[in-house]
Amino acid sequence: MENNILQIIYLIGSVTFILGLKFLGNPATARKGNLMAAFGMIISIFGTIFLYTTETGAHLKNLEFIFGALIVGTVVGWLIAKKVQMTAMPEMVSLFNGMGGACAMLISVIEFKHLSETDMSSVEPAHLLIILLGLIIGSVSFAGSIIAWGKLSGNVKDKSLGMQQVINIGLLLVILVLTAVMIFGNGAYTAELFYAVFALSLLYGILFVLPIGGADMPVVISLLNSFTGVAAACGGFLYDNKVMLVGGILVGSAGTLLTIVMCKAMNRSLLNVLIGNFGGNANAEGAVPSNFEGSVKEVSASDAAILMKYAKKVIIVPGYGLAVAQAQHIVHDLELLLEAEGIDVKYAIHPVAGRMPGHMNVLLAESNVSYDKLIEMEEVNPEFATTDVVLVVGANDVVNPAAKTDPTSPIYGMPILDVENAANVIVNKRSMKAGYAGIENELFYKPKTSMLFGDAKKALTQLVSEIKALG
Amino acid sequence: MLEFITQHIEMCYLIILMIFVGIELIGHVPSVLHTPLMSGANAIHGVVIIGSIIVMGQAEHTLSLILGFLAVVLGTLNVVGGFVVTDRMLEMFKKKK
Repeated sequence: MENNILQIIYLIGSVTFILGLKFLGNPATARKGNLMAAFGMIISIFGTIFLYTTETGAHLKNLEFIFGALIVGTVVGWLIAKKVQMTAMPEMVSLFNGMGGACAMLISVIEFKHLSETDMSSVEPAHLLIILLGLIIGSVSFAGSIIAWGKLSGNVKDKSLGMQQVINIGLLLVILVLTAVMIFGNGAYTAELFYAVFALSLLYGILFVLPIGGADMPVVISLLNSFTGVAAACGGFLYDNKVMLVGGILVGSAGTLLTIVMCKAMNRSLLNVLIGNFGGNANAEGAVPSNFEGSVKEVSASDAAILMKYAKKVIIVPGYGLAVAQAQHIVHDLELLLEAEGIDVKYAIHPVAGRMPGHMNVLLAESNVSYDKLIEMEEVNPEFATTDVVLVVGANDVVNPAAKTDPTSPIYGMPILDVENAANVIVNKRSMKAGYAGIENELFYKPKTSMLFGDAKKALTQLVSEIKALG
Repeated sequence: MLEFITQHIEMCYLIILMIFVGIELIGHVPSVLHTPLMSGANAIHGVVIIGSIIVMGQAEHTLSLILGFLAVVLGTLNVVGGFVVTDRMLEMFKKKK
């Protein structure tokens, strides 16, 4: 009877996950979708605690410890999630993802310990395979997410060992071979092999993310997110638990698709990501010698103010620089000021601007920028031709014309915002340093482009006061 | 191996169907919602916590209990942190005007 109720709860939980994810895909219902999935999660958790029975009909024990762990996790998770700055969202998602991966990893470790107390040679190979899959995927996801988190928060630098691809593929092969040996080895040296696979998977997770540049981190986080989903699904298979399977596979498949969509937006192949190749180009560091004709023209805040005040249409292109400088509020002030002058103001959002797809939207939404002012790339590109002033705030690679003109460029083929079609382009950057792809941007050398150097927040604050001073 | 699959054939069907549901759900989402979506999906895979609860509820030895405790804490972090962060993001997506 109790088990039947639990199965119904799991069914409801599964439906809330599907509906929740569906609602999350629409701005009007997204919040409801999130709460709905959270509700499904809560009933599934408490249902499991009170109603789950083992094959022998026994209830779960150690309830005091389970509740203790739940309370610790809830308090800490709640505090972290409430305290984190909006700009630090991407690394938070990565961190929480790592926690899920670690959870899946630990489940496999405990289950294996449990198995190793019995006669290993009688263990069903497929059963062992699922435990190993949960272990490998969970460990990679955990270690990778922690590195991604460290990178985004600036604690871990991009590093390549050289021959990184060879090392990574080799490591992956060793893990697969060891796994095969364990499964078909009739129980010989299983424990030693298990911990070797465990350690190598963690190492792979680290080496897999370490050489990847910050700009490609969104893809990596999304991929690791789907990994954790698959790891959770392994647990579902292990316990014949349908809500775990549904939740895990759903995230695994949706996450994989999301990753592919992102790769397409940057014109990379998923394979390239998996091998841990891109972003770690030799020229990714340091200044790149300029080989463009023309010179960089600097503009003062007051000249920029005049240019914008007498424009009819202004498009703002935000990038990671805006997030770093926390300039989302001042950019909204600028927008309101210009609108009060009767100027048409819009934001052009490149799909991979910032450190996560949609990062800019979240950030601008925080400062109360209306949702319908944020225009996606395909929609906004034809509009640049009729735009008087484009203000690029801390964006670089997403407006680099090399993506269209230079087949040797690492970003060649990536769709970009065609800001050069506008009458005037003002670029706010801290310095002439290259963007995350580590390449020079020809846009800065064009005659219609002028540079407004400085930290985005300071430069925009100055710009706003100059526009106000104009009366 | 084959026997194992046929024993769990129901689960296999479920996996295949869910793959398609996942693709269908994400296929038509505007890129502006990708971050909250990723974050929401991140919270949903926290369902792995149920596995850790089951393991912990049957743990006999101290080591298993400690590892299980850790697993439940981490899983809770994933669930609570994931949903709260997503909610905070979406809170800001109110349509103005």
